[in-house]
Amino acid sequence: MMNKTLKIIIWFAVALLGAFALSAIALNRGESINALWLITAAVCIYAIAYRFYAAWIAAKVLVIDETRATPAERLDNGRDYIPTNKWIVFGHHFAAIAGPGPLIGPTLAAQFGYLPGTLWILIGAVLGGAVQDMVTLFFSTRRDGRSLGQMARDEIGAIGGTAALIGTFMIMIILIAVLGLVVVNAMKHSPWATSTVAATIPIAMFIGLYMRNIRPGRVLEASAIGVSLLLFSVLAGGWIDHSETLRVFFDHEGLPLAYAIIVYGFAAAVLPVWLLLAPRDYLSTFMKLGTVLLLAIAIVILRPDIHMPAVTQFTDGSGPIFGGKLFPFVFITIACGAISGFHALISSGTTPKLLMNERDIRMIGYGAMLLESFVAIMAMIAATVLEPGVFFAINSPAGVVGSSAIDAVAKINSWGFAVTVEQMNQLAKDMGESSLFARTGGAPSLAVGMASIFGSAFGKHLLALWYHFAIMFEAIFILTTLDAGTRVGRFMLQDMLGNFNKKLGETSYTPSVIFTSAIVVAGWGYFLYIGVIDPNGGVNILWPLFGIANQMLAAIALCVATGILVKSGKLKYAWVTALPLAWLVIITTTAAYQKIFSDDIRVGFFAAANDLSAKLASGVLPVDKAAVAPQLIFNQHLDAYLTMFFVAVLWVVIIDMLAVCARHLRGKLVLPLSEVPHIETQLDNLWVRD
Amino acid sequence: MLKTIKTFWQSIRQLSGDDAYERYLKHHAEHGESENMPPLLSREEFFKQWQDGEWKGIKRCC
Repeated sequence: MMNKTLKIIIWFAVALLGAFALSAIALNRGESINALWLITAAVCIYAIAYRFYAAWIAAKVLVIDETRATPAERLDNGRDYIPTNKWIVFGHHFAAIAGPGPLIGPTLAAQFGYLPGTLWILIGAVLGGAVQDMVTLFFSTRRDGRSLGQMARDEIGAIGGTAALIGTFMIMIILIAVLGLVVVNAMKHSPWATSTVAATIPIAMFIGLYMRNIRPGRVLEASAIGVSLLLFSVLAGGWIDHSETLRVFFDHEGLPLAYAIIVYGFAAAVLPVWLLLAPRDYLSTFMKLGTVLLLAIAIVILRPDIHMPAVTQFTDGSGPIFGGKLFPFVFITIACGAISGFHALISSGTTPKLLMNERDIRMIGYGAMLLESFVAIMAMIAATVLEPGVFFAINSPAGVVGSSAIDAVAKINSWGFAVTVEQMNQLAKDMGESSLFARTGGAPSLAVGMASIFGSAFGKHLLALWYHFAIMFEAIFILTTLDAGTRVGRFMLQDMLGNFNKKLGETSYTPSVIFTSAIVVAGWGYFLYIGVIDPNGGVNILWPLFGIANQMLAAIALCVATGILVKSGKLKYAWVTALPLAWLVIITTTAAYQKIFSDDIRVGFFAAANDLSAKLASGVLPVDKAAVAPQLIFNQHLDAYLTMFFVAVLWVVIIDMLAVCARHLRGKLVLPLSEVPHIETQLDNLWVRD
Repeated sequence: MLKTIKTFWQSIRQLSGDDAYERYLKHHAEHGESENMPPLLSREEFFKQWQDGEWKGIKRCC
């Protein structure tokens, strides 16, 4: 009894602290606020949501059954189906879902101020993203670990399945293009960054050879050597940067760097996984976990002040980083970290085949997403501890603020954010870069934010080293996503083509491998190329497109979940997934509508294309801009049709799902639930395997 | 304390796949006789197959 009272008091205190922290950040109108308030609010909200909402979903909505044997137990084959300790599964799952997305989105969305993005990251994760991940994991576990596409086909119909498949493929293309663009922008005219990123390729190959031939299977030993080499390459990059003879080899414009990434992406998709992809992934996973942990420790030690206002004037849609009003674009810009459809592909497929018991689903599905959301909060902190003037100087494309430093500073000052040319020059010098103006894409500004946090916490004289460490850290796992994504795209394409020509569907048939890899690389390579030649930086077009696509996939996953809930006779609980679904439908449809029909040339694709056509026709464009204008016009049209396609796919799936639900509720025949029957678990609850 | 460190180290080995071969041997020993399992693979051969298998599906996200 005493124990119970104590628990109630503790949870009441957590709720009170969370509410207090949240009101502190939301109502603050002073000069600055401490980052610790954001951390406190986040941790309290996560704790409450996990303890009460997630537990309630597990017990009442999904009705988790601890006595039921999981697919890992029933189909245990020692390979993909293996009953695994929940912490190990959590580690695998988190490493799989947390990519560069939660670092980039919040950085870009910081143009609205720290408050809108932070609120969406917190609310979106606990009510949307974590719910999506958890229910998808549950439904897939009940279906032998079937993929989202298969579940959509089994439960809703062929249309839903096909839509999920095409949606996944399209997202992959857009995602890889925008990530490639982020890396290009980080390396542009930075010999230090370029040489360090380039060095990661031979390092990964060496580690691959080491694990394959020198000491087979010694993964940790090889990774330790690899991480040391990576850290050394950051140091060596500094020497190259200081050497007049060497630095010219790594000092490039965006376009050659983009071509290099395209060639690299093709090579990575065609080469065997052990040589490049697998070893790179080991290194990037260790770097990712280590750096995120380091950042969390540094923020807690340092407790930096946030300098960005709570809300900026750019909520009206005039923001320099990307055009569009707060609603709906903050919800599109921050996908990963709040709700990310891509996670549904991990939650169905790999993870359910490892679960030892259904009771682990809450911790792995819901818990891992909360941790990713926390990473997004840290990215938001790293972006907003910068002086707003500096933040906008780094992230505003030359097409908006002008290409000369004086123009850019004047423009940013006119918005009411103080920054000087000297300040930016000094900052660039401190970070070991030639210039930090118009370094769009989010990576450089995140690196500056991280470097200043790390620098203050662990030694200020090492700023340049910290900056390039942060760039290397971002680049290495962006490139892992790029490699892995290209490969997955290739597999999907081969799978589809296999329906028409059996030979093309064979994943080991070399001509097919080369052909399909080339198509996938050409797909994202095109968008990357356009992004680089676009004077507005390209990120402002590609990132919203990626956000819309990712949210569309999330909506498909929530459609499948809602359909299954209704068909299982749980109509009264269907709001758990239907509510986030409705919200996603509203924001993606609104965003897509605006991207297509808006008259604002910084928002609407057609408006931008028409504006550029008119300028081209009247001859007011300078020669270099006129040369690329036709390609940009074509691309704006293409993007508009692509957006229409995404929305159409989304609505087709929704109508399909609603029709299935309506038929079921009227007592008509629908596809039967594909849940496998209950088999009693034989695993002793106390006996933890391995 | 020592036990905690040992468990932690074990988790890292398992997460990274460092002990994959040892677990494979264990699995083989447990199920070897009952099922029609293929002959035991060498460490090199096992690692090749294990690594290829790891990258068949969607393993990394945004």
